[in-house]
Amino acid sequence: MSWAGPDDIFLSTSLATYLDTNVVLEGACERVIVGDLYCDIPLGLYVIRGENVVIIGELDLEKEELPSRMNPVSEDEIKRAQKAEREATDLKGSMRKRMEFLDFD
Amino acid sequence: MLFFSYFKDLMGREVTVELKNDLAIRGTLHSVDQYLNIKLENTRVVDQDKYPHMLSVRNCFIRGSVVRYVQLPPDGVDIELLHDATRREARGG
Repeated sequence: MSWAGPDDIFLSTSLATYLDTNVVLEGACERVIVGDLYCDIPLGLYVIRGENVVIIGELDLEKEELPSRMNPVSEDEIKRAQKAEREATDLKGSMRKRMEFLDFD
Repeated sequence: MLFFSYFKDLMGREVTVELKNDLAIRGTLHSVDQYLNIKLENTRVVDQDKYPHMLSVRNCFIRGSVVRYVQLPPDGVDIELLHDATRREARGG
């Protein structure tokens, strides 16, 4: 399992090899998490350049991978949830920029 | 090389690694290498509700370049020794 940073991509797999942290993943899938919703999107064979790797974590197969409150959804639904979250943060960002222009304390 | 040696002396101690993406992970320092990549055992994420991704991860490898802080036990540092060593390294290096 590895979690590469910048765009919050989370990849799970059953086989990995690495050299200077470059990684080859077989049977990779991207787990997108938005709030309490998640979706595993299969990706196949992946090569990850080492500079993008944040953590490589070993999964304990006896433990729960995700908290029980989380619900699996389809790919379309998670994409819609991601879009909604992105729009909400963009809106918050633009509102803040407007406030900063007005220079309130 | 100084901090590589320093972390080698700290192996087996409990530390909290804070990453540049704000994730904080607590665990036992298992090993470190020349790039200051860190291997932790018995890991748990500090804010488990905010970061549910790693609930079942017990051991992990953290790339050195993504670490922001390594939070140490207070008795893990001989401050005088470290201070002298860094001063020497800065002068010589």
